[in-house]
Amino acid sequence: MAYSFPEEVLEHVFSFIQDDKDRNAVSLVCKSWYEIERWCRRRIFVGNCYAVSPRIVMRRFPELRSVSLKGKPHFADFNLVPEGWGGYVYPWISAMAEAYPWLEELRLKRMVVTDEALELISRSFKNFSVLVLSSCEGFTTDGLAAIAANCRNLRVLELWECEVDDRSGNWLSHFPESCTSLVSLSFPCLDGEVSFSALERLVSRCTNLRTLRLNNSVPLDKLPNLLRRAPQLVDLGTGAYTAELRPELYSKLGDAFAGCKGLKSLSGFWEAVPSYLPATYSICAGIRSLNLSYATIQSPDLVKLIRQCPNLQRLWVLDYIEDCGLNALATTCKDLQELRVFPSDPFGVEANVSLTEQGLVSVSEGCPKLQSVLYFCRQMSNAALFTIARNRPNLTRFRLCIIEPRAPDYLTLQPLDAGFGAIVENCKDLQRLSLSGLLTDRVFEYIGTHAKKLEMLSIAFAGDSDLGLHHVLSGCNSLRKLEIRDCPFGDQALLANASKLETMRSLWMSSCSVSFEACKLLGQKMPSLNVEVIDERGSPESRPESLPIDKLYIYRTIAGPRCDMPSFVWNMGERSALRFS
Amino acid sequence: MSPPLLNVVERPSNVTLVPSSPSVDSSCQNVSGLRERNYMGLSDCSSVDSSAISGLSEENKSSLNLKATELRLGLPGSQSPERGSELCLLSPGKLDEKPLFPLLPSKDGICSSSQKAVVSGNKRGFSDAMDGFSEMKSAVFTEGNWMFPAAGSDSETTQSVAQGKFHVNPGLLSARSSPNSGVKPVSVKEHSGAYPGMTKEIVPPKPRPANETSHSQIGAANHNTSAPAAKAQVVGWPPIRSFRKNTLATTSKNNEEVDGKPGPGALFVKVSMDGAPYLRKVDLRTYSNYQELSSALEKMFSCFTIGQCGSHGPPGREMLSESKLRDLLHGSEYVLTYEDKDGDWMLVGDVPWEMFTDSCKRLRIMKSSDAIGLAPRAMEKCRKRN
Repeated sequence: MAYSFPEEVLEHVFSFIQDDKDRNAVSLVCKSWYEIERWCRRRIFVGNCYAVSPRIVMRRFPELRSVSLKGKPHFADFNLVPEGWGGYVYPWISAMAEAYPWLEELRLKRMVVTDEALELISRSFKNFSVLVLSSCEGFTTDGLAAIAANCRNLRVLELWECEVDDRSGNWLSHFPESCTSLVSLSFPCLDGEVSFSALERLVSRCTNLRTLRLNNSVPLDKLPNLLRRAPQLVDLGTGAYTAELRPELYSKLGDAFAGCKGLKSLSGFWEAVPSYLPATYSICAGIRSLNLSYATIQSPDLVKLIRQCPNLQRLWVLDYIEDCGLNALATTCKDLQELRVFPSDPFGVEANVSLTEQGLVSVSEGCPKLQSVLYFCRQMSNAALFTIARNRPNLTRFRLCIIEPRAPDYLTLQPLDAGFGAIVENCKDLQRLSLSGLLTDRVFEYIGTHAKKLEMLSIAFAGDSDLGLHHVLSGCNSLRKLEIRDCPFGDQALLANASKLETMRSLWMSSCSVSFEACKLLGQKMPSLNVEVIDERGSPESRPESLPIDKLYIYRTIAGPRCDMPSFVWNMGERSALRFS
Repeated sequence: MSPPLLNVVERPSNVTLVPSSPSVDSSCQNVSGLRERNYMGLSDCSSVDSSAISGLSEENKSSLNLKATELRLGLPGSQSPERGSELCLLSPGKLDEKPLFPLLPSKDGICSSSQKAVVSGNKRGFSDAMDGFSEMKSAVFTEGNWMFPAAGSDSETTQSVAQGKFHVNPGLLSARSSPNSGVKPVSVKEHSGAYPGMTKEIVPPKPRPANETSHSQIGAANHNTSAPAAKAQVVGWPPIRSFRKNTLATTSKNNEEVDGKPGPGALFVKVSMDGAPYLRKVDLRTYSNYQELSSALEKMFSCFTIGQCGSHGPPGREMLSESKLRDLLHGSEYVLTYEDKDGDWMLVGDVPWEMFTDSCKRLRIMKSSDAIGLAPRAMEKCRKRN
C-alpha cells in the first residue's frame, strides 16, 4: 500500500505490543503485517504443547527469545492422568536448540523434563537466562547442576511443586564463582539438602537477588546469615521455620528481617512454630503476599501475624485460621485481593477445625478488592453464596471445594444451584469457576446463561443429564478449558456441540458416560481435534462400544495425532481408526 | 435472583446408560454396606473408587448419580412401584431408615416406557423429559451449527441413540428433527412454568426421626456414625496437589497427632520397571498388605512383560501377559525392590507392612540378575522357584 509505513517503522511500533492477543490481532490485519509481526515476535505462549508442533512454531516465528509451554491437563495435578500420558519437552528442546540459539527464557508447566533435556538447554542457548518449571517431573538434581554450571547468564531458576529426584549432588555448588547474575532462585519443592556454604556464597555475590525461596532442609539458624547477605530481597521463602526457643537466635532473626526493608512477599514456614513468627513483625507492614499454607499454626497465632500486615493483598493459609481468623483478616486487610484456604485434614471424616462458610462470607464483606478465591470447607449454603455474590461482584476467580462430594446446602438440604447461580449472575467478569456440592442440571443452566466471560470451568460429581453439559457448551461463549469428572454427561451434549470444541483449548471428561462409539464419531468427524481416549483397563475395542470409556481428553490442534501416545491412550481420528479395523 | 432466562426442562435423561440389571444389582450389593454415608441415602458408590475397574461399575455410578440427583416431588414417603432394579439400594423398606434428603429420588423410576404419569402434580415421566429436551433443542438449536442427533421422544438407551440417529453429512453432523417434536416452544414454557411452584415444594421438612440423623449427618460433614474412621478415598478428591498432600502427611506425622487415626491422605510412590518405557505411580495407602500391592503391580505392568509396549494388541494378549508377569514376578526373572528413606535399595517384603509404607520412597521392579547384589535372598528366591 502506497501510504503504509516502512517495515522498520512498523516493526518498531509492534515492539511496544507485548500481549499475545494483541500480537495475534496485529498478524491478522494483512499479509505484510503478518510477515513483519512474525519476524519480530519474541515471546510465545503455547497453552497445550500438542496443539502445535515445534516445526510449525519455528517456521512461523524464527526469532523467538521466550517460550512458554504447558503439557498435561490440569487434572494431572490430582493424579487423574496416568503416568506416561505424555507432555515430553525433549522434542521441543532439541528442535529449539537448532532454531533458536538465542533463546533466553523457558517456562514449562506440567511437562516431563528429563536431565537430558536440562543438559541440552544448558549447552544450546548461550544467552539462556530464565528457567521456570511448574509442576514438572522427570528430572533430578543432576539436571539442575548442569543448568547451574553451564548457563553463564542465568537470572531466574524457579521450581514450583516439581517432582525432582534428589541425587544429593550439591547441585548448588555447580554455580561457578563467577556467577553473579541471579535475580530469582526458588526451590521449595526439593527434598534434599543443599550445601549451606555454597548457598551463602551464592547469595552474597548475587547482589541483584530479589527472590529467594528455600526448601525445608535449610534450618532456621541459617536464615539470619542469608538474610543479612541479601538485604535487597523482595520475596523470601523461608526454610524450616522451627527451632527450640533460643533467645539469641530469635533476636538475630528479628534483626535480619528488619534489615530486609524491601520484603513484600513471605512464604515457606515449613513446620513453623508460633514463637518465631514475631521475628517477622518489623517488615510485615510492607508485606503484600503471605503464604502460610504449609504452616500448621493455630488461629490465634495466625491472627497475630495477620494483624501486622494491613497491606496484605494475597493470603494462602490452612484452615487452621478458622472463621474467627478470617474475621480478623476481613477487618485488617482491606487491600486483600486473593484468598486461598487449604484443608489441613482433607481426608478426615470430621471437621477438625471451626472453619465454615462464615469465614468466606466475612472476607467477602470486609475486603472490597477481593477477586480471587480458593476455599476448601465442609459446609456451604445457598444463603452464604448469595451474600458472597452480592458483596463481591468483582470476583474473577471463584473456586469452592466442599470436601464431601454432593454435599447439599446444609441449612435447607437443597442443591447449591441457586447459590452458584447467584455467583455467575452477579460476578459478570468471572473467568474461572470450580463447582462442588450437590448440583443439578439447573446450575449449568445458570452458568450457560450468565457466565459469558468464563474461561475455565471445573466440575465434579454434579449434574443430572446431558442437558447440563449442553448448557455449558452452548452458553459459555468464552469457554476455553472445561474439565469434568464423575458427572452423568454422555454422548448427546458432546456430539451436539462438537464444533464448540474447536473454539476451546481442551475438554477433559473422566468417569462420565461418554461411549466409545461417540468418541470414535467425534474423532472421525472433527479432524481439527485430537480426541484421545485414555483407558487403563485395556483397549475400548475389547468392550461393547456403547459402554462408557474411562477418560477422555479432547483438544484442538493443528499438529494432527501425536506420535508419543502410550499404550493406554487411543486417538479417535480417521487415520487412527484404521488401526481398529 | 432473577429467574433463569432459558426456560428449560430439567430432567435427567437415561439415554446414556445401558441398563444391565443383574450386574448393577450385584455391584449395588457390594457397596450397600457404605450406604449410611451418603446424603442421598444412597451408598456413595462413586466415592468408593472412582478409578473404575470395570465398565459396569462406571454405569453403576452413573445410574446412581442420575437417580440421586433427579428432582423428585413425590409426597414424603411415597414410592413408585416402578423403581426398577437400578435403584436396588432404595428398596421401600430401607427408605424409612435412611436420613432422607427431601429430594430423595426413587419415586417414579426412570422408566423406559413413555409414561407421563404425574405422581404429585408436577412429576415428569421420562418421556416428558425427552420431549422437553428435544423440543427445547429444536427451539434453541436452529441458529447454531451445533448438531443434535435426534434422540426422539421415547426413552432410548445409549445404544439406540448412538447407533441409529447420527446421520452424518460430510463435514458436519446434521440435525434431524425428532419424530414428534417440531418446534414447540410453548410446551417448553409450560414445563418451566411449573418450576417456580416446584421449587417451593422441595423444601423440607420430612417428618421422621431421620431428621436428627440428617442433621448430624449434614452439620459436621460426618456421615459415619458407625462407619470406620477412614473413608474410602476417591482418586483425586479433594483436589489437592500431591506435593501438598505429601507435605501434610509428613507434617502431621512429625506432630504426632496420630490418636489412632489412620495415616492421612495418600502416599504416592513411583514404580519403575526395568525395560518399561515409563513409570507408574501407586498410592501405597490403598493396599493393606504385600499381596495386594503385588497383584496391583502385576496388573499394571502386565503390558510390558512381553515387549508389547505401544502396541494395541488384542485383549487375549493382555490376559496372557498378566499371567506371564505373575510367573515372572514370582519366578526368577524380576524382583520387587524399594528405595527407603536413607536411599538404600531393599527387597520388598522383609519388613512389616506398616514399616514398609513408612519408609518406602519409590519402587522398582528389577531383573533378578541386577538384584543379586541386594541380598542373598534374591538368589535364594531364584533357586527356590527353579
